[in-house]
Amino acid sequence: MTPGDEAGRRRGFVARLRTRRSVPRGRLQRRVFAGARLVLALALVGGLYAGLTPHASAEDTPTLSGAAAEGKALYDRSCISCHGENAQGVPGRGPSLLGLGSAAVEFQVTTGRMPLTMQGAQAERKPPVFTDDQARMLGAYIQALGGGPQLPPGNDLHSQGDIAQGGDLFRVNCAACHAFGTGGGALSSGKSAPSLGEATDRQMYAAMLTGPQNMPVFGDNQLSPQEKEDIIAYVQNLKSDQDPGGFGLGKLGPVPEALVIFLVGIVFLVVVSLWIAGKS
Amino acid sequence: MRRRKIDVAALPGAAATQVDDRLTLATPLRKAFNKVFPDHWSFLLGEIALYSFIVLLLTGTFLAFFFDPSMQDVQYNGSFTPLRGVQMSQAYSSSLHLSFDVRGGLFLRQMHHWAALLFMAAIIVHMLRVFFTGAFRKPRELNWIVGILLFWMGFLEGFCGYSLPDDALSGTGLRIASAIVLSIPLVGSWVATSLFGGEFPGDVILDRLYITHVLLVPGAILALITVHLALLVKQMHTQWPGPGRTNRNVIGVRMFPGFAVKTTGFFMMVFATIALLAGVFQINPIWLFGPYRPAVVSAASQPDWYVMFLDGSTRLMPAWEIRFHLAGHAYMIPAVFWPTVVLPGLLTVLPLLYPFLEARFTKDRQHHHLLQRPRDVPLRTGLGAMAVTFYLVLFVSGGNDVIADKFNISLNAMTWAGRIGLLILPPLAYYLAYRISLGLQQHDREVLAHGIETGIIKRAPDGRFYEVHQPLGPVDEHGHSALEYQGWSVPKKMNRVGALVPAIRGFFFPVERAPERELPEAPISPAPDRQEISSH
Repeated sequence: MTPGDEAGRRRGFVARLRTRRSVPRGRLQRRVFAGARLVLALALVGGLYAGLTPHASAEDTPTLSGAAAEGKALYDRSCISCHGENAQGVPGRGPSLLGLGSAAVEFQVTTGRMPLTMQGAQAERKPPVFTDDQARMLGAYIQALGGGPQLPPGNDLHSQGDIAQGGDLFRVNCAACHAFGTGGGALSSGKSAPSLGEATDRQMYAAMLTGPQNMPVFGDNQLSPQEKEDIIAYVQNLKSDQDPGGFGLGKLGPVPEALVIFLVGIVFLVVVSLWIAGKS
Repeated sequence: MRRRKIDVAALPGAAATQVDDRLTLATPLRKAFNKVFPDHWSFLLGEIALYSFIVLLLTGTFLAFFFDPSMQDVQYNGSFTPLRGVQMSQAYSSSLHLSFDVRGGLFLRQMHHWAALLFMAAIIVHMLRVFFTGAFRKPRELNWIVGILLFWMGFLEGFCGYSLPDDALSGTGLRIASAIVLSIPLVGSWVATSLFGGEFPGDVILDRLYITHVLLVPGAILALITVHLALLVKQMHTQWPGPGRTNRNVIGVRMFPGFAVKTTGFFMMVFATIALLAGVFQINPIWLFGPYRPAVVSAASQPDWYVMFLDGSTRLMPAWEIRFHLAGHAYMIPAVFWPTVVLPGLLTVLPLLYPFLEARFTKDRQHHHLLQRPRDVPLRTGLGAMAVTFYLVLFVSGGNDVIADKFNISLNAMTWAGRIGLLILPPLAYYLAYRISLGLQQHDREVLAHGIETGIIKRAPDGRFYEVHQPLGPVDEHGHSALEYQGWSVPKKMNRVGALVPAIRGFFFPVERAPERELPEAPISPAPDRQEISSH
């Protein structure tokens, strides 16, 4: 077909439409035809809509377990303003929680980081708003929504661990940020690795599993569950261990030692020398 | 036969005579015993360093009985549970054994470490005293130089000791040291491979550090201390200006018994302070750092305080690399070269030359045995304040990650504050110290001319108020005294010129009885008899 043919055919079609009827239709006939066209158009649009939109019965209505349902109630009261309906996130306020899993929720909520007081370099640990049970309910709800990593049951995740092995792993994987004495350390631009002083077994496990904030994720293929428990065992041992050498100065290395030698050692001996030289 | 009577009281004298008959010690000893030491608290600061060094020798000898610098791989089976079964070097294992399984071992190791920190701190404080009072001036320039060498020897000794336990902290420090050596242009890699016997860490470095730490450097320090003290004895101690004190005499207490008793007491106090620190404050918990592995670098890995300023300079240095081609070879000078090799080089050479530079600029070729108050030499005081501020900025920056973390400051902000502060604060400190010195000088002169402010306000018949001043000497018709400033403190309070009853002496409790005396009348004019005012 040449373009000329196509143009001719189109002209023919348009011309046919525009051709005046030789005999005009009657008034009633026009109305009947208009009504029929309207019904046809509505039926077409309605049919298309019905055909193209998902059927009402295909909508997902998850049947939440008891805990998750209670979690949803808590969520809708306290979390929804930033994380949005169905935990899909609100741009500029809070990220989507789908796929995060209960471990992340439990970590963030039981350490008091969530609910967040304000946006900043990072969320700080503070007294938790929810009880542990409520945190688990919230976790169950998020777990039900999108799945994700979960913590093993129980509050004791350290007594099966090997302390010496955990120490080796801690020094290689954790000490670079959390410091040798678990006191925490600075990261760039106001961020920091927190002290592990108050961290519970489940919180440490969850942190390794989910990598909150600036922390890398140590998934089960990087640190096996047993290795995680080894590390927790080492940290809890370190925290329960009394400093054999006296006051530990926060286990912060040579910086506080420098303060002590001047503020205690030199100041004390200068007072002594004032005393001795003054007795002449 | 009559039994010979032994006179016990005469025994020491008789024994001394016997000794003197053979060794003729009396004459030199009399001279030594009569040596006079001027008395001022600031002259005791150097002694803190001397006595810390003695403590270092004593505790270090004890540690050497148990420490083994071998880098051989062993499995730890001592009593510290969290490290049981861990592979580590023999050096680290023996350090742990020393800390946990030797009675008193941890305490003596902590004493050794605290004594090392105190040794270096006392050297610095002593050096500041010598600098700000002008004690380094002719003829004592050589002793100033010996002092600076002592500081750097102590620095080296401390670093070797810090590296010996072979925990992750010492290994990190050693790794940095090897990087610093490597950064030296042309010779760096040769020097580093010679030191470490190949690539870092190799298996000989601890043996080498050990013999350096226990023999070579302590020997050098001992020799330098001997020279330092011999020069002190030969050149006499400096003294503050004051009544009867001139450039030609020394006023103070004799070596024996006065000074000997004091200095022995001071030694006991230094020893006690170190023991107290060791017993109360835990230092360098090597068991927490674990054995050294190249992959293990903990947060808050800092050197001991006297090296921290170099850590700070490294942290503040921008990452500027210099790359160039020379004779067909490509060279690179890394950024770490400037803050860790060039800067300490300057910090060694400038103080070494300072006495000569100052003499050259002030054209002062005289011998000086009298000290200067810092306020009387504003230029030197300003320069000193500038140097101290420069050092402090570097020192604080050396711990900036710990400070940033504990005080919730951004680490980047700390670094930039250090960079800007390093350039701005020293000139500011110079200016402030200079102005404060001049102000203090002026106040001294003012008090000499006008007298001490008594705090008594009088009102003249014309309604004018004025404060009564107590002149310090005879006054002319204007009420001014023509007193020369003598380079020593001017009394500025009435109780320094006897307005109050002299205080009873004694530091903790009175060591003398208050003399019976009539108290003078309070210098207040008697109030006129009051008459009742009545409105008739």
